[in-house]
Amino acid sequence: MNVWRYGDNINTDMLFPGKYTYTCSTREEIKPHLLEDLDSTFSKNVKEGDIIFAGKNFGCGSSREQPVVGLKAVGIRAVVAESFARIFYRAAINQGLLLIECPQAVEAYSKGDDIELIADTGKIIVGGKPFSFPKLPKEIIAIRDAGGLLAYTRSKLKKR
Amino acid sequence: MSMTFVEKLLSNYAGEKNVVPGQIVTVHPDHLLTHDNTAAIIKKIEPELKKYGVFSKSLPIIVLDHVIPAASEKTSTNHKVIREFVKTHNIENFFDVGIGVCHQVVIEKGLGLPGKLLLGSDSHTCSYGAVGAFSSGIDRTEAASLMLTGETWLKVPDSIKIMLNGILKFGVYAKDVVLHIVGDISASGANYCSVEYHGDIDQFSIADRFTIANMGIEMGAKNSVFFVDAVTEIFLDSIGVSSSSYNPIFPDRDASYLQELEYDLSEIVPMIACPHTVDNVKPVAEISGLEIQQCLIGTCTNGRLSDLKVVADILKGKQVNSNVRLLILPASKDILEKALKAGIIETLIKSGGVLLPPGCGPCLGAHQGILAPGERCLSTANRNFKGRMGCKDAEIYLASPATVAASAIYGKIIDPREVMK
Ligand code: SF4
Repeated sequence: MNVWRYGDNINTDMLFPGKYTYTCSTREEIKPHLLEDLDSTFSKNVKEGDIIFAGKNFGCGSSREQPVVGLKAVGIRAVVAESFARIFYRAAINQGLLLIECPQAVEAYSKGDDIELIADTGKIIVGGKPFSFPKLPKEIIAIRDAGGLLAYTRSKLKKR
Repeated sequence: MSMTFVEKLLSNYAGEKNVVPGQIVTVHPDHLLTHDNTAAIIKKIEPELKKYGVFSKSLPIIVLDHVIPAASEKTSTNHKVIREFVKTHNIENFFDVGIGVCHQVVIEKGLGLPGKLLLGSDSHTCSYGAVGAFSSGIDRTEAASLMLTGETWLKVPDSIKIMLNGILKFGVYAKDVVLHIVGDISASGANYCSVEYHGDIDQFSIADRFTIANMGIEMGAKNSVFFVDAVTEIFLDSIGVSSSSYNPIFPDRDASYLQELEYDLSEIVPMIACPHTVDNVKPVAEISGLEIQQCLIGTCTNGRLSDLKVVADILKGKQVNSNVRLLILPASKDILEKALKAGIIETLIKSGGVLLPPGCGPCLGAHQGILAPGERCLSTANRNFKGRMGCKDAEIYLASPATVAASAIYGKIIDPREVMK
């Protein structure tokens, strides 16, 4: 597992350039452009199970969902940040990408630290130090457990 | 119980007596805005649309604006798919290529009204707070789900009260005010919050309020709002909306806020956001003299008639510097027609401006006016992120239409008061 470390205000143009917004929408189309203008090594080297650590306001900017779809598609296990922008946060719920808002864990992390994530109990261990993060509200857990928003919506429609 | 604007509005929509910050409520928005991204949205739910149809044909507002006229076979095919969808499902509010930027169209057509709740798969959906609506951005997947069910969840946000006191000085505009605020509280200063503007608001036209509400997302806000007053009523009346067709919502006097901020407008000077974040804001005078190669007037932030007029007044009888391309992008067809009638467009073209069709144009870097490496653009838009205008090795600066117009003449960034005096 690799940890990718980025700073504050990582915006949607850095995560997925706006110029591709209306031409790339499938996972395969999105992957090669992920973080293209921020870190050109990312899309080549990212592996299933990797974690991203970042600063404040991760995902700010546009409502485009390709950054979330892309991070999920390449297998990012979680993004741990000091804070997230709200549209990005909603998009992550809808796609089932785990976001952990935990400034203490971000501060504690230094390069090479082992990371252990026990998502169900809301715990992350960074270099041996445990941190807890708040559990999601029940309405949101229902969406996650259904396998994302569209699956949730489909099951609701069937019940009508 | 005393409530803020957003608490009152969300309790109405949730059918509850009162709601508190942090509470999750289920709402049925009045409208769902989507644009060129409609093609990708409906693709996610093709079988469900066949089986269940759209939740209601009056719910969606679809505006083709982001890449218009189509720049490639892919974008033209997207537009075609959207037109077919609109026909099949009898979508009531569809605006094809050339009508304008989606947010401008929503306000102009009277679809964003006081006390209403709108969601949109575009981050600048927060603009309709200009007329006292609650509006906020969501992603494509959620838009798809809303198309089918007409409902979604919202978390009741905390509120921030911003007092704007005093009168703006000559040469200073609403754009300078909002840049000043973003610079002060930072790009995440209002994260998850509802921002309310109070104070000496009557000096701000609906166009000005639009500019300020539009950039709410640049401080992280869920929504931002101005309350209905005579200015709002006169505006709505001018577009044929009578006051009997909406119910304005006002916060209670003793509502409780997460934060209260105060700004003295008479102290604000022309401001500029420097690369590559919107909160990297300085007084224009501090970076005076920096050379620019492209200027953009327009977008959903500053492409309205009053903006074009300020620019024309500055450019009249003058020429744009030969090292600069000045792009003019009216926010809608209606604005373009009015600007043509008023002779504004003629002035802009004679001064060397290049007219683009009403839409998003170069704002998002998908086509038209893409920058070259090493170039610098001064724009009236709302974002200066790295790569935003199509090239990661270019720089974008954001300022008021007056600052952009004055700088276009000199080919260098300049405080507009030096030219306007
Ligand atoms: S003009 Fe720019 S900011 Fe406004 S909707 Fe279009 S792309 Fe978005």
